[in-house]
Amino acid sequence: MANGIKNDPMNSNLDQNILRIAKIIIDTLQMEDVTPETFEADLDLVDEVGIDSMDLATIALVIRDEFGVRIDEDDYPKLTTLRIIGEYITEKLQDEG
Amino acid sequence: MKTVSSLLDPEWYERYKRISKLNIRSSIYDVTDRCNLRCKGCFFFSSNEHKAASEEKDVSKWEAFVESEMARGVNLAILIGGEPTLCPDRIEAFYKRLPTFVATNGMIKVDRDRFPDLMIGISLWGDREDEVLLRGKDTFAISSRHYAGDPNVYYLYTITPKQLGKIEDNIRRIKDVGLKVHMQLLSNDEGIDGFSWQPDELIAVRAEMDQMLDDYPETVISSKYYHQIITTGIMCGRRFGWMECPSVTDSIDQRDPRPKRLTNFIRWASDLKTMHRCCTSETRDCSTCKDGAAHMSWVMVNKRAHMNSSEDLQNWIEVYEMFAKLYRYIPW
Repeated sequence: MANGIKNDPMNSNLDQNILRIAKIIIDTLQMEDVTPETFEADLDLVDEVGIDSMDLATIALVIRDEFGVRIDEDDYPKLTTLRIIGEYITEKLQDEG
Repeated sequence: MKTVSSLLDPEWYERYKRISKLNIRSSIYDVTDRCNLRCKGCFFFSSNEHKAASEEKDVSKWEAFVESEMARGVNLAILIGGEPTLCPDRIEAFYKRLPTFVATNGMIKVDRDRFPDLMIGISLWGDREDEVLLRGKDTFAISSRHYAGDPNVYYLYTITPKQLGKIEDNIRRIKDVGLKVHMQLLSNDEGIDGFSWQPDELIAVRAEMDQMLDDYPETVISSKYYHQIITTGIMCGRRFGWMECPSVTDSIDQRDPRPKRLTNFIRWASDLKTMHRCCTSETRDCSTCKDGAAHMSWVMVNKRAHMNSSEDLQNWIEVYEMFAKLYRYIPW
């Protein structure tokens, strides 16, 4: 798959979360030239996609609403790719579950 | 999918990466309500902002306030006034804690033993004739004597319509005293006759500013895209105004939809409690605002809007670099 998500059942939650987060980013930034399926999960969101801290803050709010997970503002700098955000959210959900 | 590296060659991409993670979070502080000049057209006095609050005089409260500002994420303090250099203890409360820039008229020389690398921008409103007319004296004669050759100082040259055809004289005299210059345009808040920009004058001043950048690249800190934005008020097909301005105080920003804006930006009055509407005059008509910082911030917060073409993104990089140079995040 274009976004590098593997067909491993162990990763299915992560895979689904990555797709959902990709959709959130696409909708928030009104990106027209990419879909959740073609959004490369390891693309650097700042250096390549051009996301800035305000974009990330907006995306974090939508993630909070959709997943019920609050992203600590101090964690923004390390959330550099879609996959890392996916892992962050998945881990938080598991911790809370 | 358009990515940054697909739009830029390796050299531009390196320039982009140098600034892309700076994460600058500035706010603006009125250090005092007093000034040692009374310039015609100064927004602070013309809009009665000097009466908006009563100055906090206890330096320990300033120190605690700066700590609280840092706690909410501010990492660049921009001190304005009144005239900040009238209150060095208050400047020091900022300077000891975070990167600090002072906008001054240059009449008082900052003590470099006390503030060795304090960033300073000196206001200049034109040649001797205009300075005397608008500010009551030739400030350049004094400020240039105070700061000649200082590596942490630049002139903030506010160009008026009366300066058309004379900008080079001012750039040259700044160059001759070994300082840099950044240009912006007067917003004629007091409606002084002949100082409001007409459409043909804006076209002419843009060309003249571009020429200065070409002819004095070591002296002028600017970009042609910034000149375009500030003279046309249009960016990516959008017109500058209240619903676009990025420099509205965050906690009173009720705009809907909320535009892209400076994160956590506040402009504080000198009582450390009152907040002003925005980075400039509360009574100014936003549709005619020419504030340089607001316009460059407008570009900076709209990065993805500039990802339509290589040229757009390069323009964005140049404006961001200009800002980063003015506040010494990257070398001049």
